[in-house]
Amino acid sequence: MVINSRFFNRSELMGFIALAAVLFVILPLTLDVFRLNLVAKYLTYAFVALGLVLCWGYGGILSLGQGVFFGLGGYCMAMFLKLEASSVENTKIQSTPGIPDFMDWNQITALPLFWQPFHSLTFTILAIILVPGLFALIIGTAMFKRRVGGTYFAIITQAVAAILTILIVGQQGYTGGINGMTDLRTLKGWDIRPDHAKIILYFVEVVLLFACIGIAQFIRLTKLGRILVAMREQEDRVRFSGYSVANFKIFAFCMAAVFAAIGGAMFALNVGFMSPSFVGIVPSIEMVIYTAVGGRMSIFGAIWGAILVNFAKTSLSESFPQLWLFGLGALFIAVVLAFPNGLSGLWADYVQPRIDRLFASRKAKAGWTDNSVADGAPAE
Amino acid sequence: MGMAAVPAITMLPRASFAQAPATSAVNTTGLAVTDTEVTVGILHSATGTMAISETGSIQAEKLAIEQINAAGGVLGRKIKFIQEDGASDWPTFAEKAKKLLVNDKVAAIMGCWTSASRKAVLPVVEQYNGMLYYPTFYEGLEQSKNVIYTGQEATQQILAGLNWIAKEKGAKSFFFIGSDYIWPRTSNKIARKHVENVLKGKVVGEEYYALGSTQFNSVINKIKLTKPDVIFTDVVGGSNVAFYKQLKAAGVDLAKQPLLTISVTEDEIDGIGGENIAGAYACMKYFQSLDNANNKAFVSAFKKMWGEKTVIGDVTQAAYLGPWLWKLTVEKAGSFDVDKIAAASPGVEFKGAPEGYVRIHENHHLWSKTRVGRAKLDGQFELIYETADLVEPDPFPKGYQ
Repeated sequence: MVINSRFFNRSELMGFIALAAVLFVILPLTLDVFRLNLVAKYLTYAFVALGLVLCWGYGGILSLGQGVFFGLGGYCMAMFLKLEASSVENTKIQSTPGIPDFMDWNQITALPLFWQPFHSLTFTILAIILVPGLFALIIGTAMFKRRVGGTYFAIITQAVAAILTILIVGQQGYTGGINGMTDLRTLKGWDIRPDHAKIILYFVEVVLLFACIGIAQFIRLTKLGRILVAMREQEDRVRFSGYSVANFKIFAFCMAAVFAAIGGAMFALNVGFMSPSFVGIVPSIEMVIYTAVGGRMSIFGAIWGAILVNFAKTSLSESFPQLWLFGLGALFIAVVLAFPNGLSGLWADYVQPRIDRLFASRKAKAGWTDNSVADGAPAE
Repeated sequence: MGMAAVPAITMLPRASFAQAPATSAVNTTGLAVTDTEVTVGILHSATGTMAISETGSIQAEKLAIEQINAAGGVLGRKIKFIQEDGASDWPTFAEKAKKLLVNDKVAAIMGCWTSASRKAVLPVVEQYNGMLYYPTFYEGLEQSKNVIYTGQEATQQILAGLNWIAKEKGAKSFFFIGSDYIWPRTSNKIARKHVENVLKGKVVGEEYYALGSTQFNSVINKIKLTKPDVIFTDVVGGSNVAFYKQLKAAGVDLAKQPLLTISVTEDEIDGIGGENIAGAYACMKYFQSLDNANNKAFVSAFKKMWGEKTVIGDVTQAAYLGPWLWKLTVEKAGSFDVDKIAAASPGVEFKGAPEGYVRIHENHHLWSKTRVGRAKLDGQFELIYETADLVEPDPFPKGYQ
C-alpha cells in the first residue's frame, strides 16, 4: 500500500488545525465545566459520525443501526462501572448486597455469569472493541457475502437496532431494562463525577477522537480507501477487477462499528449513564442525520455536524421547551434540501474557493508553481 | 398581583423589608435567591411520549407557584421558575437537572414523572445537593435526603386496595397484567406477596407487555379461561386505551368482572373513553371528585387557569403539593439551604392539600390516605372507600421484598 506523501492536503490540514484549536484550547478555556461536559457528550456522537463517513460516505454502505454498536460499547463500559458502584458497602440496603441495584429489584440473587468478566478493566476495554467488532463482522459477513446491500441492508440494520432494544428492555433483570444503568460512580476507585474528573475525561476523549481521525484518514489515503470509493461508484467493475467486494465492505462496516463503540464507552464515562434510548431506531437515525448535516464525504464536516446539531438541540430546548423539536426538524429539512452535501459541501463550494484564490494569487506573486493544491493528487 | 404589591411596598417600606429576612441569612450556599426572588426549576417532559401525562404536573406546579406568590411568596420572596424539557428521554432529564442545579442554582426542582427519569436524575441531585419534589406514585425501594416523594409508594397504594377488594368482593384469585418495567414488576411483586401471605388467595396469572404495546388479545383470552375473581392491572400510558377497548370488545363486562387498576387516573380515562372503563376500580390517593373544601377550591382554580375541559388525576394533585410543601418547609427551616430543608422536612404538614391532609414522614415520603374509586361513564371516579387513617409510607417493606 502506498500512502500519499502528504497525510493531509492543505484544506484538510486547516480543518485539522481548526478542530484541534477549538477542542483543545478554545472550548476548555471559554466554557464552564458543565458546558464542557455537554461538549464531551456531543463528541461521543462524533465518533459515530466518523465511522459513518468511512462506511457510508466512502463505502456507500448506509447503516441505520449504528446505535447498536454505540450501545454495545456503552453497555460494556457501563457494566464495569456499575459493578464497581455496586460494592457490598454501597448496596447493603438490598436483599442481596453486592449486585447491581436493578438485579435486586428483579429478584435476581446472584451475579449472572456473563457479568463476571466485567470485574476486570482490561477485559472491559477489550470487550468495548471486540464485542461490537465481532457483531459487525457477523452481520457484515452474513449480508455482504450474500450481496445484500443498499436499502435492504439499511432495513436490516434497523431491524437489528429494534431487536437489541427489545432485548435490553425485556431482560431488565440482566440489563436494567428501560431505566438503563444509572448511578455510575468510579473507575478503578477514581471518582468520575466531580468537575476535575470531567475535565480529564474530556481531554481523554478528544485525544481518542483525534486518534480515530488519524486512523480514518490513514484508511482513506491507502489503496483501501480508494477501493472503497470505487466500490461505491461502480461496484461491479471493482468485482470484475478481481477484488473481493464483500471483504472491503465488511471491513468498513466493522471499523464504523468500532468507532461507534468507542463513542458509546466514552458516553457512559462522561454522562455516567447508559440506557436503551441510545440503541434503538430513533437514535440510530439521528446519528445518520448528524453525519448528513455535517457532510458525509468529509471527516471534519461530520464531526462538526455532530457537535453543531447537538449544540442546537441543547440550546433550542433550553430556550423553547415546548417548540424546540419543530425548529430542529425544520433545520434538518432545510439543510438536506438546500445543501445535500451538508455543511462541508457548503464550505467546499463557497468558502474554500475564496481561500484558494487568496493563496493562489499570493503564490502567483511569489512566483511559485503549484498544480495540486486542492486535492491530494493520486499517488502510486 | 404585581401591581398590588408595588403600592404596598412604597407605603410601608420598612415593614415589608422587616418581614423578609436578609438573603445572606437564608441562603448560605449560593442558591439563586435575591432579596425579592427565589428561583426553582420545573423539569418535566413537554415533548415526546410522556408529554401527555406530564403536562398535568407542569400545570399543577405553575398553579401552586402562582398561588404562593399571590399569598406573599416564600420568606418574602416571589417564586420565579425556570422550565426545562426532559423530552421523555431519561439522560436528557439528568442533563437538564444538572443544568438547573449547576448553572441556574435553583433552590428546588419540581419534576420527573417516570421511575426511569427519577433514577436518572437522582445521582445528579445527590451529587450537587439539590432538592427534588417527585410527584408520581412509584415502586418504593428508594429513599434520599435530596428527594421528597409526594406520590404514594407501592405498599401505600396497593395494600389497602387489595384488602378492600378481598373483603368486599370475597376475592381469592387474582390475575396480574402490567407494563414491562420496574414499577409494575415491583408493584406486582408486593401485591403477590400480600395476596399469597396475608389474604391467603392465589395469583392465577402474571403477564407483562412492552411499553406502548397495543395487542392484549392473548392475555384477555387467558383471563376468560382462568376466570379470576379480580383482574389487577398496572398497564401504563397509551397501552391502556388498547387494553380496555379490547377487553370490552371481548365481552368482559367490568360491572360483573371486578378489575382493580393502580395506573388509570382521570388523565388516562380521557384517552380510554369513559364508556370503555366504566365500572373498573382504581386505587390511589386522589380523585378529582373528592368532596372536600380544599379540593373544590383547587379544582376550580385549576380549571380557571387551564380551561374547563382539563381533568385532574392523582399525579397532578401530588405535583401541586410539591411547591407548597417546599414553601412550608422553607418557612419551618427559616432558610433556603438544602441541608436545612432536608432536615426540616419530616413533620411538615399541609392542611390545604386537595386530598385532605398530608404530612412528611421521616423517610421523606408522605403520610396519606388510600382511596378506591369506581370509574363512571363521564370519566370521573366515584369514591367507594377510603382508609380511616393516614397510611404510613414504607418504601422498604419487610416481608414484601
